[in-house]
Amino acid sequence: MSAGTFPSRHPAPRRDWHWPLGLLGAGTLWWLVYRQLQPLAETLVGLLPVERHSRTGEALAFFFYDVPKVMMLLVLIVFAMGVLRSYFSAEKTRALLSGRREGAGNVLAAGLGVMTPFCSCSAVPLFIGFVSAGVPLGVTFSFLIAAPMVNEVALVLLFGLVGWQVAAAYLGFGLAIAIAAGFVIGKLRLEGWLQDWVRDIQSGAAAAGLAGDAPPAFAERCRRGLEAVREIFGRVWIWILLGIALGAAIHGYVPEDMMVRIMGAGTWWSVPAAVLMGIPMYTNAAGVIPIVEALLSKGAALGTVLAFMMSVIALSLPEMVILRQVLTLRLIAVFILVVGSGILAVGYLFNFLF
Amino acid sequence: MKSVAIYGPGCKRCAATAQMVEAAAAKLGIEVGIEKVTNARAIAMAGVLATPGIAIDGHLVHAGGLPDEARLEDWLSS
Repeated sequence: MSAGTFPSRHPAPRRDWHWPLGLLGAGTLWWLVYRQLQPLAETLVGLLPVERHSRTGEALAFFFYDVPKVMMLLVLIVFAMGVLRSYFSAEKTRALLSGRREGAGNVLAAGLGVMTPFCSCSAVPLFIGFVSAGVPLGVTFSFLIAAPMVNEVALVLLFGLVGWQVAAAYLGFGLAIAIAAGFVIGKLRLEGWLQDWVRDIQSGAAAAGLAGDAPPAFAERCRRGLEAVREIFGRVWIWILLGIALGAAIHGYVPEDMMVRIMGAGTWWSVPAAVLMGIPMYTNAAGVIPIVEALLSKGAALGTVLAFMMSVIALSLPEMVILRQVLTLRLIAVFILVVGSGILAVGYLFNFLF
Repeated sequence: MKSVAIYGPGCKRCAATAQMVEAAAAKLGIEVGIEKVTNARAIAMAGVLATPGIAIDGHLVHAGGLPDEARLEDWLSS
């Protein structure tokens, strides 16, 4: 059963130069505009009847510079990831992971979790498809933790609003948590805590799925990149706008030392409090990161803020409701405990290091 | 008449895929009966790892993301 049995009316794609040339042109234009954003924002603030160095002026300058900057970075990276992801598929990833030993398997799964196209609406069929094809439970978890947590929207926003060091730290520690949590869950041998009907699916009972699909042409990959931009951008732009507006307000009006007291490195309970607060909150990375940036600039500790962010993204209640179909409550509790401990450790480590 | 199964938990893209199938079938003048499969277990057992998935007369032809229009017409007409 494969798509290959269907004859195609389309012959092998001829060399098409439209896309490479178009990309080159668009890329150049992007760079030229991106370099002019700071002066543009200053000009814009200058046109308004506000004092540049007043609170309102600061907030507006922040808003006018950050909104286009983040949006442009987002379009670029989401497009690039969309094209890159066309080289990966859930089927290929499953084939790579099936029968892997724990350890190396967890590392590979976390890495592939970042690269494989994933939508949390497919989490359940993907979970069953992986487990029934002999991907170990812990390895499957490494994939399912990394896929939503380490995503390009979070990384772009951290890079654009906070700095590349924090973005790199988020990437590194996000992967580390996915690898370690999956490894621990694997070691606990919790296969018996899956829902009965999932356990009863005999290995290999599910249909094999798509295989041997012809690799898409470059133009098709670019179209998928554009599709990703349209879908993701359409979903998150409003959150970015609201988040940056709120961030700008915090910049201008919240007193400097307030966040030091509540979220500074000196208060030991701030990290667990941040993780707990993050669980019921459900927003995508786009909504939470501009706020994160503003909190940081007002003296909140980096580890506390990162822990909050990871908790919001990786431990969300709606995700639990979806996974409830395949996992027992006990297994979900273990999942929250293991991932939550990892996030706690990262939070304390960062507060200690920075 | 061809029977088309659309696999997906009822997300936006699943609805969009169903519409694409209807539009393509209407364009080609093919009669289709569309069945939406939303049960997670049934989706997984059909071998769909990423939704939405499309099966035509029992053959899985697509899984993950919106299908390409031209290829969708190929699948329906073959």
